[in-house]
Amino acid sequence: MCGIVGLHLRSPDLHAHLGELLTGMLCEMQDRGADSAGVAVYGDPRWSPRGHVAVSFVPDPSSLSLSTGVEVDALAAELSRDLASPVAVVDAGPTLVAHVVESAGVEALRAAVLAAFPDALVAGFGSDVAVLKGVGHPRDLAAAYGLAGAQGWQGVGHTRMATESAVNAGGCHPYAVGPDQCLVHNGSFSNHATIRRDLRARGAVFDSENDTEVGARFVADRLAAGYDVETALKDLCGTFDGFYTLLVSDSRSFAVVRDAIACKPAVIAETDDWVAMASEYRALVALPGVESARLYEPEPERIYAWTR
Amino acid sequence: MDPVSESVRHLDLAEVPLRSVNALLHGREVDDLPALAPGEDVVLTHPQGAHAVAVGLDSPRQVRIEGHVGYYAAGMNQRADVVIDGNAGVGVAENMMSGSVTVLGNASQAAGATAHGGLLVVHGDAAARCGISMKGVDIVVGGSIGHMSAFMAQAGRLVVRGDAGDALGDSIYEARLYVRGEVASLGADCVAKQMRPEHHEELAALLKAAGYEDDDTAAYTRYGSARELYHFDVDNAY
Repeated sequence: MCGIVGLHLRSPDLHAHLGELLTGMLCEMQDRGADSAGVAVYGDPRWSPRGHVAVSFVPDPSSLSLSTGVEVDALAAELSRDLASPVAVVDAGPTLVAHVVESAGVEALRAAVLAAFPDALVAGFGSDVAVLKGVGHPRDLAAAYGLAGAQGWQGVGHTRMATESAVNAGGCHPYAVGPDQCLVHNGSFSNHATIRRDLRARGAVFDSENDTEVGARFVADRLAAGYDVETALKDLCGTFDGFYTLLVSDSRSFAVVRDAIACKPAVIAETDDWVAMASEYRALVALPGVESARLYEPEPERIYAWTR
Repeated sequence: MDPVSESVRHLDLAEVPLRSVNALLHGREVDDLPALAPGEDVVLTHPQGAHAVAVGLDSPRQVRIEGHVGYYAAGMNQRADVVIDGNAGVGVAENMMSGSVTVLGNASQAAGATAHGGLLVVHGDAAARCGISMKGVDIVVGGSIGHMSAFMAQAGRLVVRGDAGDALGDSIYEARLYVRGEVASLGADCVAKQMRPEHHEELAALLKAAGYEDDDTAAYTRYGSARELYHFDVDNAY
């Protein structure tokens, strides 16, 4: 199964409520999978303040705990020394989010994080996004992340029912393998091993054995080659075999695509204030104004994209 | 709701657990809630997209659900008449045996899947695989239907006032399909057929039952099985 939720806010008035709305959506999808759950939040002032770059990471990806046990102040001091620039580290339960002024560079921050924790899983990085991953029940994880207090203009969440690859932080969605990019998936790719080999031959390095990571790295590869999101997803539809409903986002855009058979569910709701996507309608019931939203199911292999 | 009904039981799904509501609808008493009287009608409020609302009903009763429902709503229905005042999720009225299910909004995938009898009316659109493997149900869709509808349909009638998506009636057996709008493409062994007088008559009765009696049956095209897949043909082998 797996459950997907996504919320793209058009009205700035709602930015302060992003986390609260996303928490409700995510927890409503717990019946679709509760072995792990992850979120990506764009524009949260705690995790990725404006003018800063952020790296989200799970220090010990083999841990099944809801907290890292890392002393964040000491880590911030260590990273600040490394970068010669003040780094803040925010404790978000099983994931930590480090951020530093943009001029210090996201790659330098990522390198410093990996120097401190060579085995760390980098969950996401960029100027706007924080990506939080963990193993456990969505409700427990949302509390551990402090998700209800998050703010921003866009959020994506995933509850996982693992059908292949391990239940650990590496198997937890979203996959955020390019700057500010994020992909969540309900379904299974059947030819991911072949595509993984092709991408490895082109230099891609994988964090997990998960099929969705292959999709995310494929999209990142195409975006890096200059494709826009829509063209990259068309290429994905032509290359990947299997079942999928995908939600793909970056700082500016939010896109949904389903495979040609389209057996994995998806509902889109739109109002003047927001665009929301979820595996099932019941994830949307608490959104403000959902009663008058335009509701529809995305058609197979058609790419639906919104930009801000 | 029928104004002559003796009584109507209102049940709020925000307060009464779904299992209890379904048990009441099956004629049992639950906790401190007395069993429904035979024929006692029911109004359900706040379904909030929940799955399996009003499944397995097996006695004559009118049930109105005010709001959107999730998967398998009114599945396996026998003899009850269920109205969903909202949208329905995957598999509404799946495996219905008799009675009726009416969706005032849209229905998701696989509406009326494998249903043996009764009448399913969707006044909005129905998504992919509407009437998949239908075995005798009548389905009338006010809007359009998605791809792979009536896949392996065995018996029953499907009426679509709008358009049909790709691969309509793929591998169809003996169901009859009536579509007024465009058909994106026909599936394997599904072909357009002549509308003989008995088909106009049958279609008119179905449209009337669904509240669309003003439709001109001449505007519809009938589709059905070419019966080329009934027997093994070596040219179809890989």
